[in-house]
Parts: sequence; structure tokens; C-alpha cells
Amino acid sequence: MKDSEARSGTALTQAPQFPRRLNTGPAWFWFLLPAGVITLVFFFAPVIITLVISATNMSTITGLTRWEWVGFGNYERLLSLPQTVRRFWITLRYVLFTLVFFNVGMALLIALITTHIPRQLGTFFRAVWLLPRITPVVAYVFMWQIMAAAPPHGVITSNILEPLGGPTGNLLPANAFLFIVLVNGFIGASFGMIIFTSAIESIRQDIMVASLVDGASKLQRIRYIILPQIRWPLLFVTTYQTLSLLTSYEQILVLTGGRWGTEVWALWAFNVGLDDYYGFFQYGLGAAIAAVLVIMGILFALLYMRYFRFNELLHEPRIDVL
Amino acid sequence: MIKRDALLKPLPLVSIAILSIPIFVGYLWVFMRTFTTRMYGMSPVGELTLRNWTFIVTDPLLWHLTLNTFVLAMGLTVGIVLVSCSAAYPLSRMSFPGRKGFLALTLVLHAFPSVVLLIAIFVVLNYLSRVPLIGRGLPLIGGVGYNTLGGVILVSIAFLLPLGVWLMKGFFDNISWDLERAALIDGCSRFRTWRQILVPQIRPGIAALGIFAFMHGWSSFIIPYTFMVDQQTAVISTYLNLLASGEQLMDYGVVSAVALFQLVPILAFYVFTQKYLLTIFGGGMKGGT
Repeated sequence: MKDSEARSGTALTQAPQFPRRLNTGPAWFWFLLPAGVITLVFFFAPVIITLVISATNMSTITGLTRWEWVGFGNYERLLSLPQTVRRFWITLRYVLFTLVFFNVGMALLIALITTHIPRQLGTFFRAVWLLPRITPVVAYVFMWQIMAAAPPHGVITSNILEPLGGPTGNLLPANAFLFIVLVNGFIGASFGMIIFTSAIESIRQDIMVASLVDGASKLQRIRYIILPQIRWPLLFVTTYQTLSLLTSYEQILVLTGGRWGTEVWALWAFNVGLDDYYGFFQYGLGAAIAAVLVIMGILFALLYMRYFRFNELLHEPRIDVL
Repeated sequence: MIKRDALLKPLPLVSIAILSIPIFVGYLWVFMRTFTTRMYGMSPVGELTLRNWTFIVTDPLLWHLTLNTFVLAMGLTVGIVLVSCSAAYPLSRMSFPGRKGFLALTLVLHAFPSVVLLIAIFVVLNYLSRVPLIGRGLPLIGGVGYNTLGGVILVSIAFLLPLGVWLMKGFFDNISWDLERAALIDGCSRFRTWRQILVPQIRPGIAALGIFAFMHGWSSFIIPYTFMVDQQTAVISTYLNLLASGEQLMDYGVVSAVALFQLVPILAFYVFTQKYLLTIFGGGMKGGT
């Protein structure tokens, strides 16, 4: 009863105080525990492990127990390998072409077209362009392998090139780079497409209509009204997809496995570390190759946070403060 | 001028139809090939047949792989929904030290390309294999270590978790505060409020995340390919990769049938739940390209 006495005592001198917070105890801890543990084990630990084993000679020969420290040995080896420079240029070329022609270019084109044709047709074509993204990757790549294959299977060779008297071999080895851009591009276009479409649709109708009333053509409206209005989404898609492309290799792995000059940086790390044809996995060297991307990934991710207004996404919880 | 306009009017429609041709061709070829014995390019030259389908559906291996794939997809779905809903609740509606930091971390991880961590995760899974009880020998999922379905499920959950937490937080943010306050004042515990009052309110979010996760698990390739090495634990994706890579001489009709077999549930989900899925794809589909 001391408590209530004390409280009534203070009530004489100041307004009665309700408890400011509900007593919720450490409930938040238990709710967060599973996600926290998973994040710790599969994100934090791996980032550190990547950096640590990149300083060792760990491989299938040493196993996970008998490895030795080599310091910056793996990185020095990377710098001295002639492949390194080649992989770097392949990656740069791949990211640049796919980004410009598909993830931003094609995405913008489709978003513009589908917002300028009858609504239902627009929805239909956007749904079609989402198909590559939802199709299981191996089945999707199989469709492209078929398109490139030699007759009688290949669609391009049997239906277009042969009647024209062109080459009829499998197109993939000679044009591998083109195909990895196409395969990734047809998936990649849909991300930008969705974001651009919703950005275009949320431009205020009075501006859109006014420009036409004032005598602008549809093309002029795109140039002077729509494009300036969606410059933030454009910037966002460009940066976001740059990182995605830099680090994605699943489709390339299935399509070529890195043969014919298509081994991009991320795939290189995977091949060296986990997928060597002869079963010789160099975890240490692979981790060193991957570490470059890990650090880049962290930097990019921090950059998004900084520039895409993270703080505006936060609401203060109101339930604890009655 | 009128003439020129009449010519230009169908231009957008024509151009998008042409741009989309490769997508149509790929699907059409696979579909037709499963019902024919031979095809020359896009034109079937052999007779129509159901042989490819009877061949694969009578193959016990395929059903075994289907079961594995289903367990993987369901495990991922249940896991991600439970963990995300649980973590998103305090992040959205409680105030505690480190809340802002945890949210920021979720966003950073959402942008972070997790596939580059596979080598390190291989090491982690190898250590987990040695943990007694959960490492190996669990029924159905086989444990949570290397070369088990459980391990693959766990890694898949982890990779999808930033998206799941962020999405669920958005749904929790939209629930009325009065509802929760009323429950708490009436003496509900935080857990019971979550379980009985709030979770039923965000069913659309759970549906969206669940469907997305199922499709993701059903299609997933790189994680099973890297971490499950024997046929007991293989899934449809890895089997299809083996068939299509040409290491075994294979009839393209059979390969197409397996591909379509894997595609059918995905397409069914896609057609019927597009609205749900668009919220996720638009809200920041991660990774891929």
C-alpha cells in the first residue's frame, strides 16, 4: 500500500500521473529471436567467414580443418592472374549492356508502351514480361538453349537462318555473350517495368492532360513531362540493378557454366570455390574473389539507405506510449 | 496528317508484340514439344503423342524429386511466414533499444547480394552438420546441415528473410492502434495480442508472402544445386539441369515435359494470384537480375 500512499501524496502537489508505458517487458526480444539467430548465422557469420577464409589456403585438399593462414596471398595471386583483368572486363561489359539495353532501356520502353495502349492490353503485355522472372530458372534457360540450338531443334537456326542460307550450327558458343545479355535482360526488364509503370500512372492526370490540350504530341509529352517526373525511379532502378547484375550468376551458370568467355566475376568465385569440374574446390581463393563483391555489396547497400530516404519509412510505435 | 496518325497509331502495339516474341516462342516450343515426337524449329513434323508425359509420370524418381521439391517449398513457406510475422511485430509496434538499427539492417540486407556468401555458408552448413540431434537424421528434412533438405530450407529462409520482414512490417504498420490498445488494456499478453488479434488482420500479407515463398522454393536452383549433392535430396530444378545440360543423352521431348511439369503449378499460381504477387515484385523483388 506504500505505493498508493506515495502516489496520493504526490497527487496533492501535481496532476495525477498515469503510467507512461504499458508494462510489456522483454516481449520484443522473444519475437525477434528467430530472425536474429538466422541473420546472425547466415548473414553476419558468412560475411566474416568469407573475409577470414580468404586469408587461408582452404580447399578440398586441406579440408575444413587442416588449412593454413596465407595472409594476403590469395589477393596477391588474384592481382597476378591474367584471368583477373579479363573477368573484370567481361563483368563490366555484361553489366553495362544488360543494364542499358534491358534493365533500364527495355523496362522504360515497355512501361511507356503499355501505358499508351488500351489498358487491358497493357496489363496483358506486362504480365507476359513478368513470365521470365517467375519461370523456374532452369526451365527458362532451357527455352533459350532451344532457341540457340542447331537444327532440327533450334528455333532461330531452323526457322530463320537455314531458309536464308546462314550458318546452322549451335549459336550459343559463338554468341555466348549476346545470349547471357538476352537471358538476363528478359528477366531483368520486368523489375524496372513495374516500378516505371506505377511511377507513370501516379503522375497527376491534370498535368498529363494539360500538356496534350496545349498541343504537345504524345512523344513530346514523354520527353518533357513523363521522363522528368520519373527521374527518381530511374535513378533507383539503375543503382539497384547495377548491384543485382554485378552479383547475379545463376542464369549464366545454367546457360554456359562460364564457358565461351562468359565467366563473370560472381560466377568465377562460385566456380573456383564450389563448382570446379574436377572437384577441386579452392574455398580460400574463391572467398577472396567473392570478398570483393561482399564489400561492394555492403557499400552499395549503405548507399541506398543514405539516398533513398530510409528515415521516412519509419513510424514511431505509438502503443507503448499511452 | 490524318493519314500519318492512322499509320502511327498501331505502332506501339505492334512494337511490343514484336519485342515479346522470344517469350511466346520459348513457351510455345516447350508446350508443343511435350506432345510431339519430333519438331523442326517451331513446326511439329512427328506425330502427336502422349509418350513424353507417360514416360515421366511413370518414373518413380520424378515423384521422389517432386516430394523433395514440395517439402522444400512448404518448409520455406511456413518458416518464412512464421519468422517474418514474429519479427515484424515488434519492429513495427514496440519501442525498444536497437529497433531503428535492426530495421536499417533489414533494409541493408534486403539490398545485399546474398548469393556471394555461398562459399562461407557452405562452411557454416558443414559445421551445423556436426551438431548432434539437429545436424543429421531428422525425419523428412534430414537435418539442417550440409546435403540435407533442412539445411537448404534454412538457407532459403535466410535469403528471403529481409524481404519477408520488411513486407510484414508494412502490413503491421497499417493495423489500427486502437485495436491493439484495446486488447492490451483488457489484459491480453503481447503474445496473445499478436496471435489472436493482429495476425488475423494481416491475412492478405501472409497470403502474398506465402505464395511468393512457395513459388520461390518450388523454382529454386542455386541453393539446392550447391548444398545437396546426392539424388536422395535432389529437387526438380537440379534434375532438369542435369537432363538439359546434355551430360546424359536425352530426348528433348522428355526434358520439355519435365520443364512443363515444374512450370504448371507456377503458372497456375501466377494466373490466379497475380494481384498479390505484384505487391511483392513491385515492393522490391530482390536479387535475380
